[in-house]
Amino acid sequence: MKPASFDFLCPETLEEALAALAEGGGEARVIAGGQSLVPMLNMRLARPGLLVDIMRLDPLRKIETSGDEIVVGAGVRQAELEAQPDLSQHLPLLAAAFPWLGHVQTRARGTVCGSVAHADPSAELPLALVTLGGTVSLRSRSRRRKVKADDFFIGMMATDLAEDEMIESVHFPKARPGWGCSFREIGRRHGDFAIVACAAIADDDGLRLGIAGVDDRPRVCRLPALDNDQFDDAINDIAWSLNARDDIHASARYRRELVRSLGREALKEASRCRT
Amino acid sequence: MPHLNAAQRHLVHFTLNGRMVRAEVENRMLLSDLLRHEIGLTGTHVGCEHGVCGACTVQIDGKPARACLTLAQQIRGSNIRTVEALVTDPAVLSPLQAAFRHHHGLQCGFCTPGILMSLDALLRERPDAGRKEIREHLSGHLCRCTGYATIIEAALDAAEEQRKEETPNA
Repeated sequence: MKPASFDFLCPETLEEALAALAEGGGEARVIAGGQSLVPMLNMRLARPGLLVDIMRLDPLRKIETSGDEIVVGAGVRQAELEAQPDLSQHLPLLAAAFPWLGHVQTRARGTVCGSVAHADPSAELPLALVTLGGTVSLRSRSRRRKVKADDFFIGMMATDLAEDEMIESVHFPKARPGWGCSFREIGRRHGDFAIVACAAIADDDGLRLGIAGVDDRPRVCRLPALDNDQFDDAINDIAWSLNARDDIHASARYRRELVRSLGREALKEASRCRT
Repeated sequence: MPHLNAAQRHLVHFTLNGRMVRAEVENRMLLSDLLRHEIGLTGTHVGCEHGVCGACTVQIDGKPARACLTLAQQIRGSNIRTVEALVTDPAVLSPLQAAFRHHHGLQCGFCTPGILMSLDALLRERPDAGRKEIREHLSGHLCRCTGYATIIEAALDAAEEQRKEETPNA
């Protein structure tokens, strides 16, 4: 349970970091808080030749409001976003999800973008980002691009990130008037990865339900109104569409049941708390 | 731009329990191993080594964090506190430690240093912390002996003692 050896780079500018990624040929990995990467290193599931430490790059350590989005830089720790005084006003879904997101002890070090880059299929931050319809800003030495969160996650711990790219920031759309949300989760221990987590949003466009822990990436879908007699069939269809599998934590059947029950509860609460 | 070669040891400076420390470490050295095996502070326990059990919890710049999920290279310039910092006189327990003893908040003691560092950080930041906050902080720790109830009682007791000391005229 010790990492294999690697070179370690402490760049002083973002350009230096991007150059190292471009020249690393897939051997270079970004390290930020390390709360997802270091377990992978310890278990030798990851054996990068070079780690690029981005936590000393001040331009990445910013939380900014840009129009109707909150932009969170790659160096922002989860606890820093959680402590934003207006979080529950602008990002109530994240405020509801934070208590479930790892433990106090991992949020103190782990970054928001790091969790997104790790792309664990049961992680709360990717789920919230996909459900909100957020975007991911990617940067390499030669180009910049923005990807919709739903397109960024492509499978179990797999993303659209190229070898020479890093996440520069993630963009969370702010809550709008007339909007309600809710977050529900079942896990073995509070703060552990979810067996199933549901994020719900209710607005004038209807109901949106995001689900993590079932398919190989967070999924989001639209549902008819709760009092519509099509609702039960619709949420049941969703539960069956997510390729639920049996594993050591829960059976596929239990996961489908959690999608139906937690999903309904979350949508009910989101509808009730519309502002 | 410092590029630290894997084959060599590299100097790291940080503050440990109030004293400046210089250590020469490989890039792959974990903070938990640096504290225990290089510096010899064996109060920090190493359990699962992938961030689940919480036994290696220390304070990094005042916040509780997993030493096993932190590379020594990442703490350059940081302020680290370990369980050894809780007492100035080895013969006298800190109020939090004394409460653990009084309430039987430990049996084998393996998880205790990590739990103490989390609760110490919580009570410094939130002297008004109640059962809910204490339980949330404890969720990042595994204890296989106590069933947690006595740990929560100890923490509530220590929090109350701390509040009394801070408002002597109340």
